[in-house]
Formats: sequence, structure tokens, C-alpha cells
Amino acid sequence: MAVKETLVITKFLRERTEDSWEYAAAREHNNAYGALEKALKMEPAALVEEVQKSGLRGRGGAGFGTGQKWSFLPPDIFPRYLAVNADEGEPATFKDHMLIERDPHQIVEGSIITAYAIQAHHAFIYLRGEFALGAERLQAAVEDAYANGFLGKNILGSGFDLELIVHRGAGCYIAGDETGLLSSLEGERAMPRIKPPFPAVQGLYAAPTIVNNVETMSAVTQIVNNSGEWYAGMGVGKSLGTRIFSVSGNVERPGNYEVELGTTFRELIEGLAGGVKGGKQLKFFIPGGASSPWLLPEHLDEPLDMDRATELGTMLGSGAIMVFDETVDPVLIAWRIAKFFAHESCGKCTPCREGSGWLEKVLYRMANGLGRAEDLDLLLGFGNNLAPGLSWPPGQTTICQLGPSTMSPTVSLNKYWGDEIRARLTADEARRKTLQVTPA
Amino acid sequence: MSFSDTERRRAEEIVARYPHSKSALLPLLHMAQDRDGYVTGEAMKDIAELLGLTPALVLGTCSFYTMFKRAPIGNLVVSVCTNVSCLVNGGPALVDSLRARYADDEDVHVEEVECVAACDLAPVMQVNYEFHGPVTSEAAVDVIEQYKSGALVARTISGSPVIAGSKAP
Repeated sequence: MAVKETLVITKFLRERTEDSWEYAAAREHNNAYGALEKALKMEPAALVEEVQKSGLRGRGGAGFGTGQKWSFLPPDIFPRYLAVNADEGEPATFKDHMLIERDPHQIVEGSIITAYAIQAHHAFIYLRGEFALGAERLQAAVEDAYANGFLGKNILGSGFDLELIVHRGAGCYIAGDETGLLSSLEGERAMPRIKPPFPAVQGLYAAPTIVNNVETMSAVTQIVNNSGEWYAGMGVGKSLGTRIFSVSGNVERPGNYEVELGTTFRELIEGLAGGVKGGKQLKFFIPGGASSPWLLPEHLDEPLDMDRATELGTMLGSGAIMVFDETVDPVLIAWRIAKFFAHESCGKCTPCREGSGWLEKVLYRMANGLGRAEDLDLLLGFGNNLAPGLSWPPGQTTICQLGPSTMSPTVSLNKYWGDEIRARLTADEARRKTLQVTPA
Repeated sequence: MSFSDTERRRAEEIVARYPHSKSALLPLLHMAQDRDGYVTGEAMKDIAELLGLTPALVLGTCSFYTMFKRAPIGNLVVSVCTNVSCLVNGGPALVDSLRARYADDEDVHVEEVECVAACDLAPVMQVNYEFHGPVTSEAAVDVIEQYKSGALVARTISGSPVIAGSKAP
């Protein structure tokens, strides 16, 4: 299957693999900070409008309109802050990792443009602690931007001042939640905060704050370089532009692929990622990170469209697509995802703190031949208290989405293989009853 | 060990970057861990004093994040991912074999970690936060041994680059 990528934000890093992160290379060969020069000649409100026109939706997971988010800032309340979310942690997502290491200037430039658009004079890039090389390159990019007059006082003579700080996290998934990130940036445990008030009204240090993902910042640079209309000319429905998808698991060519939205899962998985490894059959795939409900081979011809994903009862989330072949036990995958959530639950809300660990224990015994006949129904009954309705998007019982998301794998197990799993659990229980225990 | 004058100046520079001093807590904990190999109780008290916080609050934040170690763990932290994409590509076997291989080596701390955002390299490991993957057990041991012998230069225990002339991790 011949499928072409549409390279917008990954064009430069693909073309220039040897030094795309260096200032000289980015400036000379990719017109780095050219978009900033253009943006500073515009009124901030015009920039917000341009990004609204592009239809760009946040690339971190929630898919909220970027320009719309900016427009929620209450007028006349200052200072305001920009926090760029570079704490990529949703399992199987590795696009930001690539952008940070290989095109940090595009992120820094987009961040400066965004700060100008929202009139913030302090911006932070909250970087995942484990990205050591990324920290080095991003820090170097920021220092180069200061040295060349793109950061600091009176940027390029525009009268606009901006301080940009690269802030390293220290190992914590929930710091990637926008309010968890703000708690962490304030020196606290990264515990999410209840909304409203939304960060745009009361965020960092209780001041209006915009939190945007690094891929979103990179796209802002290219939208200003070209135009909002140009960007909106790509994509489908209300999912406009291009997006980077991280494909991994049992595939021939795991990697990041930038495609126009509206491309199908089949084109991405079979065409670009080379299909299932070793010529095996596809059993199922997870379309938007560990939090998202699963899809089957019959969904391969569905488009990569955020709204269509919602109709299918799932989400494109962080753009992480995990592919599993026919030999993989879905119960084992459900257990591993539950283990992840149990480990990463911050402990603030009771349903998640208690529920995630309990869910993991039951899935563990189910995956390891120790299940009881009623286990799947036990989880569904209990899970309805954690993710009311057991559908997507789930009802909310906790401050952030982590709690209800823990149920996505179990709900998918029941939806696709419910009878099969119940029969297996019944057989496991019967087999156990025949076991003889020999006294030592 | 308390902050030296130079360290205190560096710490104050970090604090000065932030609109509110408490935001410097994570960077200062990284700095302390780089110096001592883990975050000592004394370092937490020093940081608390510098930021005007209670030591309990510093401990509360420090203990929340997996990268901060509060006891000596040796010079090399080997993080092996076993989350789903690594799981189906041999991550669990990799962590088991490395744990067995380095069980008695006080210098090497092998830990199972959650997704480190490098699933195209599955199964992936990090050595002091430098990525290596995909690796077999043999290749992983080879890489770790190269760090031990100095053939590869390891980052600090917190993943910071080693600056020429400073104490090697």
C-alpha cells in the first residue's frame, strides 16, 4: 500500500538528521524564528484569530481548540503565564520526545509566539525528567534564542519581554495533566486540581495560565509561517491539519508518522508502519494511548478523525497507536495498563487511589490462570462506580481523567471477548478445584 | 553535606529565575541528587531553609517523584520499560535477566519503569537516562559494562550531563 506522509512539523528534522537541533542549522536551513519575526509585527489579537482560523486542536490528548483556549483568558488580568507541556507520559506516545530532541527551536519559537499572542511575560516548558538529552538540547535552544535576541527584554525591538524557563520534572505521569503540571511547577506533588476554575482563569500561582502541548507549539510556528487558512486546508471535518502518530507494538516499522488527519488507521498501520510483524494477523489495536478504549481489525478503515473516534466510543488522545497480533492475550495487556494506572494514581481521589490497585490485582489473577468465574462481572460492577456508564467519555468521579480511564481496558475486554473470557475464567476456577495440595 | 558557598550561589541563581521561589524545589532536588548520588536528609533540610519551607514539605514533594532516590543506589540507574509496547517485545524478560545479573553489584541499580516514550526502540532501557534500544539481554549487559569501565561516559544519577572537571557519577 503506497501511503504518503504529509510533513509539516517534522519536515526539517527528517531532512536534516545530523544537526537539526542546532541553532545555526535551524536558522539557516529552516528559517527558524522567521515566524516569530512575522508574528511580532501582528497584533496579539490577530494572532489568536489566525490560530482559531487554522482549526488547530490541542495535540496533548484532550483535543480542545487551541485558539479557543487562548480566547478564554479573562481580559485585563495580569500577569499571565504560558506553561508548555513537554511531560510526555501517556504509554506508547513518543512524538514529543522526537520533537524535543530533534527540533527544539520550532518548539521554542512556537512558545514565544504563543506567549506574545496571550501577552504572557513568563513561560515555562515543563519537560519530562527522564528526557536527559532532550533537556540538554532544549536548554541549549533556549540559550541560543536569548543570545540572538529572540528572548529576554524588548524582543527584536518589539517592546515585548519574555523569560522562558526549561523546568525538568522528576518522574511522574500525572504531571502531564494540565493542572497536575501546574501543581508540580509550583514545587508541590503533581496532584491535579478541580476544575473550574480552569487554568485560563486561575492557573499557575492562581494567575491566568495557558497550558499547551509541545506538538501544538510546533504547529503554531508552522501556522504563522504559512497561514491559518493553509493549515485548515488539510484534514477532515473538525480535525484539521496534520498530526504525528506514534505507532508501536507488534508492527514491522514502529515509529512516528506525520499524516494529514482523515488518513485511515489501515493506511497508517499497514501502509506506513509496515503492518503486523512477521506476517501475523492483527488482533486489536489501541488508538489513542493507554487511556483510550480499544478497536478491532474491522475498524481499520475508519479515519483518523477526533470526532469520528468519539462516535466509535474511543479517542485519538495523544496519537499513540499500539498494535497487537493474534498471539497476544488481551487480558494480559489490560492487566499491564491497569498496573500502570495503579502506579501513577496520585492518591488524591479515593475512587482512583483505592480502585486502580484493586483493579490491577483482579486483572492479574485473571491473566495468570487464577481468575474466578465471576471476575469480569465483578470488575464491571465495581468499575461503574469509578467510570459511571462504562462508556467513553466516561462519567467523572475523580478530579482528573486518570481514574475513569483505568476502566477502558476492562470495558474493551467485555465488549469484544466477554463470553470467551467468562468461559476461560470458569474453566480456570474448575481446574483449580481439582488441584491437590500436598502437605510439606 | 551542607551546601558549599558555590552551591548556595548556584541554588540562589536557580531560585531567582522563578516568580515564586517554591517552584525551584524540583531543580534544587535534582542538583542535590547530582552532588550526592541521592537526595540526603541534610540536603532536604538545606533546601527547605533556602526556600523558607518546612523539611516535611520538601520530603513530601521529593518522595512523590520516582527519579528522586532517598537512599544510596550506586552510580548507575538502569531503567527498563515493561509497559505494553515493551511487554510484547521482551521487556519483562530483559528486566528479569538484568536484575539477576546485577543482584550483587552495588554500583548498578536495575529498576522496572513505566513507559519512557521511546516505544520505537522497544524493548528499551535507559542508563542514567540515556536511551538504549532495542536491546537484547546480552547487548544491555554490554552497554552497562561499557559505562562501568568508562568506555561510555554516564550522565549523573539525575540525568544531567557530566561537566568536564567535575566529579564523575
